[in-house]
Amino acid sequence: MINARVTVTLKNGVLDPQGKAIEGALGALGFEGLGHVRQGKVFDLQIDTADKAKAEAEVKAMCEKLLANTVIENYTISLA
Amino acid sequence: MKSAVVQLPGLNRDRDMIAALTKISGKAPVTIWQTETDIPDVDLIVIPGGFSYGDYLRCGAIAARMPVMQAIKAKAEAGVKVLGVCNGFQILVEAGLLPGALMRNASLKFVCKEIKLEVVNANTDFSRAYEQGQIIRCPVAHHDGNYFADAETLKAIEDNGQVVFRYAAGTNPNGSVNDIAGIVNAKGNVLGMMPHPENLIEAAHGGSDGRGLFASALDVIAA
Repeated sequence: MINARVTVTLKNGVLDPQGKAIEGALGALGFEGLGHVRQGKVFDLQIDTADKAKAEAEVKAMCEKLLANTVIENYTISLA
Repeated sequence: MKSAVVQLPGLNRDRDMIAALTKISGKAPVTIWQTETDIPDVDLIVIPGGFSYGDYLRCGAIAARMPVMQAIKAKAEAGVKVLGVCNGFQILVEAGLLPGALMRNASLKFVCKEIKLEVVNANTDFSRAYEQGQIIRCPVAHHDGNYFADAETLKAIEDNGQVVFRYAAGTNPNGSVNDIAGIVNAKGNVLGMMPHPENLIEAAHGGSDGRGLFASALDVIAA
């Protein structure tokens, strides 16, 4: 079994109103020196194989087909 | 003209859509359930609004990948008209039938109110009953209607006249780029829009500005 973690983030230049709201809330809590905040998503997946290359290809296909909307989002994959 | 309404778990504007299509065309639409892959022979397929699959992952993302959407895609490629309203619009962009994406409203608030739309292109199968530049009333009710497309895509849809409806000056409820409220595909047979024309079709609704869209799509424009 291979554990994969997919992180999906908004592309640069795509407005992230939720990130902006979090940025404002952190400022209101007194955190100083805060730059931009961008919100993203994390998916933990278990792939039933011992073949890392195969697992990575499989997860990449999942990202392209469903997990990320590549019009507005980027994704990164890390395997453990 | 025969029409069909798609029913998916979580869609809740299907009844309003069925009522509008029935009242305007005089014929009740057939309904298509999520598991169907054999779409009946109709001239117009409508994906209504709601919260398909609980808006999980991204609005419309799960619905867009159901087998029924593959069948609808094939119909659209064959020239059948497809209309997606609200969640239906979100499903169409997630399915790749329309360009761009719909993001969380810039205000982060769910908006439920009446806005004004400008008919930017009255030369489509969905807007012929309106005058070019006409301002119409229309209700909106959504949380993720903030239309986004990259600069290149945006230029292409603007140059091709694919923007059919824009929020009229000062009424953009969601931060949509270029005030975009509704677009068609390059071929002109697939329209997606966030506002709900089906909720403004008769006196009981307080107006009938939405009627023209269905009259256009169903080809029942009064002479």
